[in-house]
Amino acid sequence: MTGVGKLIRLILRRDRVLLPLWVVILGALPATYISSFKALFPTAVARQQYADVSVHNAGFVALYGQLSGSSLGELTAWRAGFIPVMIALFTLLTVIRHTRTEEEAGRAELIGAGVVGRHAQLAAALIVAFAANAVLALIVTAAMIGQGQPGAGSLAFGLEFGAAGWAFAGVAAVTAQLTSGARAARSIAILALGVAWMLRLAGDISAIGSGALAWLSWLSPIGWVQHIFPYGGNHWWPVVLTVIFTAATAWVGVALRARRDLGAGLLPDRLGRAAAAPGLRSPFALAWRLHRGLLFGWLAGFAALGVLFGAVAQSTADLVNENASLRDVFARMGGASALVDSYFASTAGLLGLMAAGYAVQATLRLRDEETTGHAEVMLTSSVARLRWAASHLMFSLLAPAAVLATAGLLEGLTYGAISHDVGGQLGGALSGMMAQLPAAWVLAGVAVLLFGLLPRWAPVAWGALAACVLLLLVGTTLQWNQWILDVSPFTHVPHLPGGDAVATPFVVLIAVAAILTAGGLAALRRRDIPVG
Amino acid sequence: MTEAIDAEGLIKRFGPTVALDGLDLRVRTGEVHGFLGPNGAGKTTTIRILLGLMRPDGGTARLLGGDPWRDATALHRRLAYVPGDVTLWPSLSGGEVIDLLGRLRGSLDRKRRDDLLERFQLDPRKKGRTYSKGNRQKVALVAALASDVEMLMLDEPTSGLDPLMEEQFREVIRDEKRRGDRTVLLSSHILAEVEALCDRITIIRDGRAVETGTLADMRHLTRTNIQAQLVGPPDGLSTLAGVHDFRAEGDRVVFDVDTDALEPALRTLVKVGVRTLVSQPPTLEELFLRQYEGGAR
Repeated sequence: MTGVGKLIRLILRRDRVLLPLWVVILGALPATYISSFKALFPTAVARQQYADVSVHNAGFVALYGQLSGSSLGELTAWRAGFIPVMIALFTLLTVIRHTRTEEEAGRAELIGAGVVGRHAQLAAALIVAFAANAVLALIVTAAMIGQGQPGAGSLAFGLEFGAAGWAFAGVAAVTAQLTSGARAARSIAILALGVAWMLRLAGDISAIGSGALAWLSWLSPIGWVQHIFPYGGNHWWPVVLTVIFTAATAWVGVALRARRDLGAGLLPDRLGRAAAAPGLRSPFALAWRLHRGLLFGWLAGFAALGVLFGAVAQSTADLVNENASLRDVFARMGGASALVDSYFASTAGLLGLMAAGYAVQATLRLRDEETTGHAEVMLTSSVARLRWAASHLMFSLLAPAAVLATAGLLEGLTYGAISHDVGGQLGGALSGMMAQLPAAWVLAGVAVLLFGLLPRWAPVAWGALAACVLLLLVGTTLQWNQWILDVSPFTHVPHLPGGDAVATPFVVLIAVAAILTAGGLAALRRRDIPVG
Repeated sequence: MTEAIDAEGLIKRFGPTVALDGLDLRVRTGEVHGFLGPNGAGKTTTIRILLGLMRPDGGTARLLGGDPWRDATALHRRLAYVPGDVTLWPSLSGGEVIDLLGRLRGSLDRKRRDDLLERFQLDPRKKGRTYSKGNRQKVALVAALASDVEMLMLDEPTSGLDPLMEEQFREVIRDEKRRGDRTVLLSSHILAEVEALCDRITIIRDGRAVETGTLADMRHLTRTNIQAQLVGPPDGLSTLAGVHDFRAEGDRVVFDVDTDALEPALRTLVKVGVRTLVSQPPTLEELFLRQYEGGAR
């Protein structure tokens, strides 16, 4: 363990901007909900009414988890229910960035040859991740107490957030040992997070309906931390469970690290072909090779979500028929079919943001190719710059379309099969998903523009996506000014099915995406390559 | 004689750093031209400008009769490039990379490819991420050498190769020379390599070409090392114009002499009487050191 202190300082120095940014923002966010909930629901009766409607809304439960009660604290903790997933994501990215990425780049070798222990790198990354999430938990607790909330509930709330981060620091410690490439390690960890989230989602939605599959939530660390129910149940044992899980995964990571060589993975590298297949003869064929693994992964994920969302849609419709006291409320909202439509629209909004994340990821592959030196090889092999860029941009444009279509089709088919109305449901679910596409393209356009004009700043495109997520999850909850919400392209997407499918927003969004992309490509034609 | 590369007064700045400061480079068609300089002298930047990857802030460059920036794609069909730091796609095998690059350029000699793989003892089935630095370099070298092009641009191509493979590389370049129709620009900081392979060399320092010509031309600028055992005392030798670092131990003398002062120095030695004589031509190392010692000339 020699040298851990020095490595921790190195990590903190390299992450001195990013780490405090997400820790503070995500930690302070929930407390800002309080004042807006006070303004929106001034009386206990108003809160109770809101809670009664929300507690059975499958779209809400999918996104935020189960609601335990109607107090101000409970509403806030519930509405902040997607934030643990974001914390888990940032934490696992941090851990892999300082372990496997370092190893793949060869920097770990430089450090490993110095006076540092074999496990120092992993230990330092984990200690930073654990400490960052502890700080985040404290910020949540302090900010909520500052808003006049009870101490015990605020501590439980803080632990819900912190424990989510801890659990996935442990998961990342394991996946970082599995493969020799950081990209694959990252993908496996994110896949684990996605599965955990889906298990939680399926279990919770089942719980508001028949409850037959409610146990699924208990297979997921995200499910555990959400069953702490701050301010309501204040359950402590899910925290204990999560801490045990964290310790176990971290231990497995360390044990796996001890069994392998520096730079190697546990999953073996296979030999490839001695000669290229006849088809590998254009930049597009190469781009297919480079993007296909990612595409298949996203397709599988979106297919699973489509089936899941479609399968639980029935419980939304059942509510209207089973719940006599709410029947009037739902009737005013348009009855069962309108309720299912609005549920489909909210699932589409969620998957639209994810598809935009994929669009950004596929676009930034260009920058990846540039910094690794691969672009230099291509561009000196008689491949024109625009042709090279187009080979990757195909995936920024078409791949999000493919994954959204997959999710829409399967959502419509699944719910159609359950409700014996495939013809009626398929179009609605599909239109809702495809409506998101132009907004996803706008974010890809932002990434292209940055890549062409300010290549060093290209990762800022992720910031643009994070802003859109915040505007959707937080901005609408807090009812921010419309002009702020209008910054996000997703604000302009019509709510389908159910809403008006007017052409104007689609035309405008596509035009904006086209202008951003054209600007980025024009700049790319003029600039030096590579820009380090 | 036509010129494959004709660059004049190239200037390139990266922010406050001046990478190229009026660089001139002329490479004749069919020659192997050494491009010599230490790390950071501007070799890679020059090559990137010639390849149309970067645009100079000043000066002009012609490559194979075309404009490197405007005609980049057409020119690249006629040349092959091996970057200094070769990185391969982690998921592609070496063989796949070689074939892909050849097909993109539109010319790959299959027989030569297989022959080169054998000479460099390279396993084409391994994935990019599992190759060592030297093996990655071999992949790029095979891809370049197996393509039927007019010009090879090699940026420090042997920096990761072991001595045996380095010799193989020299052997292959000598073959190229015998064919006589390919122009090679070989950037290097390994002097013995340039000495062994190149017809003409350009020495670059701080973004400027400080010397250009054949090795013979350059030897005029440098000194020959003489060691001799004499019959009598070496009178007047140490004060002779053009003699440097003179040392005498008993009847042995050791000194360096400028090329144009060689004749008077030898006359003096003969007058005294010579028992044994060893003269060493200047190595490129010495030439290089002299270029760099003390900065400005």
